[in-house]
Amino acid sequence: MDIFIQQLANGLIIGSIYALIALGYTMVYGILGLINFAHGDVVMVGAMTTVTILSALIGFNLGIPPALLLVVAVLCALPVCALLGFGIERIAYRPLRHAPRLAPLITGIGVSIVLQNLAMMVWGRGYQRFPEVLVSDPYTILGARITTYQVWTFVLAIVLMLGLWVLVQRTRLGRAMRATAQSDRVAQLMGVNVNRVISSVFMLGSSLGCVAGVMYTASYGQASATMGFLLGLKAFSAAVLGGIGNIRGAVLGGFVLGVIEAMGAGYLSDWTGGLMGSEYKDIFAFLVLIAVLMVRPSGLLGERVSERA
Amino acid sequence: MKTQILPHVAARSSLSKKIAFGLLTVALILMPFVLGLAGPSWVRTADYALLYCMLALGLNIVVGYAGLLDLGYIAFYALGAYMVAVLASPHLNIHVSPWLLIPIGAGFAGLFGAILGAPTLKLRGDYLAIVTLGFGEIVRLFMQNLDRPINITNGTQGISGIDGLSLFGANFGSGFDLFGSHYNGAYLYYYLFLVLVLIIIAICMRLENSRIGRAWVAIREDELAAKAMGINTRNIKLYAFAMGASFGGVAGGMFASFQGFVDPTSFGLMESIMVLCMVVLGGMGNIAGVIVGAVLLTLTPEALRAAIHPLQDALFGRQVVDPDNVRMLIFGLALVAMILFRPEGLIPSRRRKEEFHHD
Repeated sequence: MDIFIQQLANGLIIGSIYALIALGYTMVYGILGLINFAHGDVVMVGAMTTVTILSALIGFNLGIPPALLLVVAVLCALPVCALLGFGIERIAYRPLRHAPRLAPLITGIGVSIVLQNLAMMVWGRGYQRFPEVLVSDPYTILGARITTYQVWTFVLAIVLMLGLWVLVQRTRLGRAMRATAQSDRVAQLMGVNVNRVISSVFMLGSSLGCVAGVMYTASYGQASATMGFLLGLKAFSAAVLGGIGNIRGAVLGGFVLGVIEAMGAGYLSDWTGGLMGSEYKDIFAFLVLIAVLMVRPSGLLGERVSERA
Repeated sequence: MKTQILPHVAARSSLSKKIAFGLLTVALILMPFVLGLAGPSWVRTADYALLYCMLALGLNIVVGYAGLLDLGYIAFYALGAYMVAVLASPHLNIHVSPWLLIPIGAGFAGLFGAILGAPTLKLRGDYLAIVTLGFGEIVRLFMQNLDRPINITNGTQGISGIDGLSLFGANFGSGFDLFGSHYNGAYLYYYLFLVLVLIIIAICMRLENSRIGRAWVAIREDELAAKAMGINTRNIKLYAFAMGASFGGVAGGMFASFQGFVDPTSFGLMESIMVLCMVVLGGMGNIAGVIVGAVLLTLTPEALRAAIHPLQDALFGRQVVDPDNVRMLIFGLALVAMILFRPEGLIPSRRRKEEFHHD
């Protein structure tokens, strides 16, 4: 039972990170109908920038509490990621808005390769260590050991998701986003500046991704130029699992994928009598993903895809 | 039609076609020797380009003809490669002739393609993409972890010492002597791969104009309409998966015996994506386009590798940044630029081009 609660907690926490990144994928997909392949690398840039700024700030020895420095570092990295998201859309996606469906996929891959290699040039091939700024004894909740970082990750992720929900449902921009997602042409006729909406969606998604990247780095203690690939892949799978294009689906998909993965890591060895260890957790996660999609071909919360996309 | 109305034009064009064809044949035969002058590594690069041609032509059937976005295609390459690696190497001390294993591998990969394709039939577009991606990763992870409880794939260490191909007692890997100079195995493999690519091209051309080929295009354009016209969409889709996968299996078997070594890193998601880039960049659904895409995307990184190291030396007198990163950076930029320049691919198929300009 202890293992169960521990793995459930771990799964929900990593799931909240997946969910934040998945939101970036799903919002872009909802509006443009394309997979933003470079999103994972934006997450990486956010994490690497934060780590660099934070390390520099700590190096100055200003006498400010390190937790505050972390906030400052994230606030510096946010505009970098937002700008990056904005630029990616302008350069790689906007000129191809009416091109064949797979064309933007390839430019996204191109941008992803560029970002990864730029990051390796700037930060090198090795790992960047995340400075320890929030060290304390782990809490014990219902028998699960949880660190301060994990608590903050979970709380902040929930706050951000609720914030996004309010933004989409209650504000003018949110209404414009929903209108554009339904039909960009009609939205334009109603006076919505579609280009501005699309740019804001990219900036918003990139900012959420930036925060998620920092959370991921904080919980694993290190960041690297290639971290975006796997993280992006997992988050994208989460978005598809929930029903791509659906914001609630992305959140649900993120949590479900996180929990599945954690349970796989915790129990696979027991279930298979020691034949398969936690190294099979990714296989397990993908198998569940495939099984879910076979039962519900358009994701957990996705609407039926129309015959002609 | 034109051949009947303007016979002299037809005659002239057929003559110039013959000349062009002859020149192309001579060029392809002499290619490795010309490349060999620039350095022996270029012959190997040409071999890899031909392997990627096989892969891209196989994926083109699935993505280009049938319009099914497959992101796990490299799994079939992996199956073909591991088939040869396990059954023709000192690893388990089994030495079946690779000549026998390659057709078996092709059949095995094709069967696997149909088995993996079956559950995805209901899925569309990006859902299909993620499921195929999942299958691709599962196959790779199995290759990586099947070193225990029974050691089949030797895990992350990979399998080395794979038997090379031999013909009439002469091993391909040992090369040959001609006019007093020695040419290594890469030359012989070049011709072998060339013949295989030509066979695959011939199969693709025949398929394109066959009943199945037309059914693929119909499904790509509108699945519901295709079904209404009496096409058995389930079987036709499975054919596409199986056919594409079997080409991947052949390429994989060739890769294993050519390289003599396989490990799971050769079969990652990035490889699948690279092959997809070749298909899309060259021009989906067009054989010539796909080949151009495959050759271009194999040669560009190698050409950049050869250029950047000396260039940095000349400019700064030392290596300022890792040349490998510069190379891939330029490669990524080139990928973006090429698609922005020609969104429908370098040589789009006629039908696709029309679609694009009508939209």
